[in-house]
Amino acid sequence: MMLLIKNGHIIDPYSRLDKKSDILIKNKKIADIKENISSVDKKTIDASDKIVAPGFIDMHVHLRDPGQEHKETIETGSKAAAKGGFTSIACMPNTVPVNDNSGTTEYIVSKAKKRASVNVFPIAAVSMGQKGELLTEMADLIKSGAIAFSDDGYPVSNSQLMRRCLEYARELNTLIIEHCEDLDLSSGGVMNEGYQSYLLGLRGIPDYSETVMVARNIILAEKTNSRLHLAHLSTTGSVELIKAAKNRRLKITSEVTPHHLFLDDSLLAGYDTNLKVNPPIRTKQDNKSLIEAVRRGIIDVFATDHAPHSPDEKEVEFSEAPFGINGLETAVSLILDKLVNKNIISLNRLVEMYSCNPAKILGLENKGKIEIGADADLTIIDTEKEITVDVNAFQSKSRNNPFHNWKLKGSPVMTIVGGKIVFSSLKQNPSAE
Amino acid sequence: MSFNKKHLLGIQHLTKPEILTILDTAESLKEISKREVKKVPALRGKTIINLFFEPSTRTRSSFELAAKRLSADISSFSKASSSTVKGETLKDTVLNLEAMQTDALIIRHSASGTPHFLSTFCRSHIINAGDGTHEHPTQALLDAFTIREEKGKLKGLKVIIVGDILHSRVARSNIFLLNKMGAKVVLVGPPALVPPQMARLGAQVDYNMDRAVKDADVIMMLRIQLERQQKNFFPSVREYRSLFSLTPKRFETARKNAIIMHPGPINRDVEISTQLADSLKSVILKQVENGIAIRMAVLYLLLGGKERDVTD
Repeated sequence: MMLLIKNGHIIDPYSRLDKKSDILIKNKKIADIKENISSVDKKTIDASDKIVAPGFIDMHVHLRDPGQEHKETIETGSKAAAKGGFTSIACMPNTVPVNDNSGTTEYIVSKAKKRASVNVFPIAAVSMGQKGELLTEMADLIKSGAIAFSDDGYPVSNSQLMRRCLEYARELNTLIIEHCEDLDLSSGGVMNEGYQSYLLGLRGIPDYSETVMVARNIILAEKTNSRLHLAHLSTTGSVELIKAAKNRRLKITSEVTPHHLFLDDSLLAGYDTNLKVNPPIRTKQDNKSLIEAVRRGIIDVFATDHAPHSPDEKEVEFSEAPFGINGLETAVSLILDKLVNKNIISLNRLVEMYSCNPAKILGLENKGKIEIGADADLTIIDTEKEITVDVNAFQSKSRNNPFHNWKLKGSPVMTIVGGKIVFSSLKQNPSAE
Repeated sequence: MSFNKKHLLGIQHLTKPEILTILDTAESLKEISKREVKKVPALRGKTIINLFFEPSTRTRSSFELAAKRLSADISSFSKASSSTVKGETLKDTVLNLEAMQTDALIIRHSASGTPHFLSTFCRSHIINAGDGTHEHPTQALLDAFTIREEKGKLKGLKVIIVGDILHSRVARSNIFLLNKMGAKVVLVGPPALVPPQMARLGAQVDYNMDRAVKDADVIMMLRIQLERQQKNFFPSVREYRSLFSLTPKRFETARKNAIIMHPGPINRDVEISTQLADSLKSVILKQVENGIAIRMAVLYLLLGGKERDVTD
């Protein structure tokens, strides 16, 4: 059956669309884009006063499946993604076992096919067991469905190994995603190092633990002439280095999470473990630099680093709690409220960072755009809808989100994956033609 | 006398009048420990549990005796005999203990913020007996009590705290308290153990012991832990001693009636010379003695003791 989305305001920086139009979906693809498409014989969605964007892509999530299904599964994580407005997610390899072999990649692909509400793209490990010693069989993993490679959660500490993986990935035309952290500098740290960590008596992770590795990685990417994507940036220093790298036209891309944009370390005064995340939330000055980098196009992508943990794992002493924030269901509303509705960035920029750029970086050719023949993955947004974050209403299996009770304006209201509605909070008038 | 806090989590959130209330209460309770029958019925029928997840001699015994001198029932629990080794979470352990109808829980834990964590779900009064590298409020209170006893005041005194400030909960609580009471605090130690930003906690930072000790009224030496050397916070104990140890020669440049304090346990001839530790200028054992009075005051104020029960 054909699906018709009527009267939405289409925003797609890729195709330079910023106008009211109808979209017709046929056979999982976008079949037509124009005004006044007849709704006869079509299931019709009234998107008046709504924004219709190419489906959002979160290129940094942890689905915990296989191995830690008490935190999240491919099914629950993808439902959370759908509710959060995401049509595609890329999942990190730190599962149990680690996704460093084609068997695990194939398991994720096949389970996603059966159970997932959205597209799931596995990211395989750079090194066997994420141990930073031996490279994984990248070509084989790509054949099984791996879309990129990362040891996320850990950096590739050994510079020689980092160089080798960049060289190898370059010839396979695949992407390396790096978690930038000097483990010796951050040893044992649980929050940002600085006045707040001294006040709270918590061991600090200095901001330059990230920055020195960003610098190393930029140098290695340049020397190997490779593409490199830097995950979850958190510091002013990182932004400055990336700005310089972009000015030199290096193939460096990067992402930032909503929590690093909007939370700072003074919030840790109550030792709330839901704020414990790595890299840690930094200072107000870092928030400012990151927002400015988003505005000026220095950072390319919004990503959640969705890291679900069960309540009993988080309800412990601060130093014992695992790192991670559950982010899929609050990410889009946070950017809408804090950046778009406050006129800091445009809706175009939001769509670019949530859809066009991640599609381009991951090489998803038929995604991240609204044009005839593209995949019918769409995110529909209501920029005026007011919500109160309630972790107890999450689709995710876990609840570790520090934005509980925040009032936000702007929310995804419908998510369409391959022409199928996977999430909707839109009231549809059944008698509409 | 009024004291409306439910818990004693740290000094940071106490007001100056609250601190004075504790000090004054301790002053009136101190005499009980000198009686032949060292016991009053003020907290009869109250149940307190000492939860010590770190080894401790002084603080644990001090809280136990303080509770007993006020006639509370106190039971102590230490990590070796706890169920945490069986993989139970701290929250479950504490909820099980609370089910035994406790009135107060005294907690010592290696993780900073643990008393705050307990206060989010416990019904009992929570007393912080030292949390990680965060706070040790009763130590700072007994230190202030001792300084006041010796010097007659806190305001205007120059107090230097020497050693591993970064990892010291005693230092933090003392910085907060001495600031509120108007003393001037100088932190001294090797740069890695006294990060410059710690000055923002309310102190001056000095990396030169010879300079800092001049005109000091109170010299508070901290225990230097030998494992810090392995992490390169400083090169060797030998070098540490030569730069930061309190020696008779250095002590001579302090103010005439300066006193020497140490929260214990001391490393003789590492951070402090044996000769000084045992001298009349040292109030180290008075600190321990006053610890009982301070902990009695804290228990009494939090658990609502009746004033008539402490007078003869």
